[in-house]
Amino acid sequence: MKIEVLGPGCRRCHDTFERVREVLEELKLEAQLVKVTGVFEIIDKGISLTPALIVDGKVKFQGKVPSIKEIRNLLLEAKA
Amino acid sequence: MPYLGVFESGWEALLEYLSAHVLTCLVPAFFVAGAIAVFVSQAAVMKYFGAGAKKVLAYSVASVSGTILAVCSCTVLPLFAGIHKRGAGLGPAIAFLYSGPAINILAVVYSARLLGFDLGAARAIGAIIFSIVIGLIMAFVWRKEEAQKANNPGQLALPQEEEKSRPQGITLFYFAILVGILVFGAAQRWLITGVVLIVLGWVLYRWFQKEELGYWMHQTWDLFKKIFPILIAGVFVAGIIKALLPQEVVEVWLGGNGLRATFIASVFGALMYFSTLTEVPIIRALMDLGMGRGPALALLLAGPALSLPNMIVIARIMGIRKTGVYVCLVVVMATATGMIFGNLIL
Repeated sequence: MKIEVLGPGCRRCHDTFERVREVLEELKLEAQLVKVTGVFEIIDKGISLTPALIVDGKVKFQGKVPSIKEIRNLLLEAKA
Repeated sequence: MPYLGVFESGWEALLEYLSAHVLTCLVPAFFVAGAIAVFVSQAAVMKYFGAGAKKVLAYSVASVSGTILAVCSCTVLPLFAGIHKRGAGLGPAIAFLYSGPAINILAVVYSARLLGFDLGAARAIGAIIFSIVIGLIMAFVWRKEEAQKANNPGQLALPQEEEKSRPQGITLFYFAILVGILVFGAAQRWLITGVVLIVLGWVLYRWFQKEELGYWMHQTWDLFKKIFPILIAGVFVAGIIKALLPQEVVEVWLGGNGLRATFIASVFGALMYFSTLTEVPIIRALMDLGMGRGPALALLLAGPALSLPNMIVIARIMGIRKTGVYVCLVVVMATATGMIFGNLIL
């Protein structure tokens, strides 16, 4: 599983990244977690609002910091 | 010790601001901005930016949505690129890009408080009107390209619509209450402010969940932590400018409401980079040194929307020619608005 957190490096993007990491640890999931901070890279992925979350190439959230619960559901679903 | 004098001037400006409660008017504004980030559905706004959206709606929403979307996102550039390439097109994208920094609630409140109500209002209204005018001109100049794009519409990725946890009317009422606190607080009508605060407490108790309220506070605090230090630095720099820049220079180049002064202010504003809200104390310092009100408005309109670094990014998104035309339009429009404001309205 590849998880990308997109955002130019603001507080909200950082929060999103940390939450995903927490959930990965909690669920003991193996995943490749990357931060995408370049504005042009973000644009090329078709994102309009940051922070955004992409799982295996699919945009799951944008323009909000997802809650721990939302991330947990998302990752369990992606794993299944 | 001239160096010490300069430092002292910055320090004095800082103390004066803090003690005169100039910044306290911003406290309710931070709460409103935090509330916008948490409780306004971005999906509801974004749907007007899709490729199939009606033009009139796309332009109107683009010209005012900076209030909402600029606080939600750390950078508006991906959204600008998205509207331009895959959404409603060049015109609405430009309108959004231009008005965003000028009409965010913190900027309007702070400008009105520090530079006078008329300048604050002129800034907000000027930004909205001219964002639409500039957007329309850009869309007209590149109408062929835009028409081609319309035949082959892209897909702007929209955020998912969220479940509503309360009736929409209540959310609207809640925002009206917050704005009421902002306005009555600024007017120092403490009794009415108190009554409105009690109403707010009741609404929060009745319709809002604890978790949401926590997140609202979290957002407000985050915004405050992000913006306040920059603001303090801006006030300090403004104090230093006041000490270093000879009054005669400002009076000669930026004094009065003439065409030359207004034009210089526009060009200076277009090139100069201002961090969030810092344009306000700096313009105040320049006004204290003798800058006219027309040039001040021109600087307010051209300043936050454009800077050399952001021109480079915009040029990479939409090309050098479009960026060149955009920059010229901003300078011309800012000058024209400054002239009208300085000579006809005041």
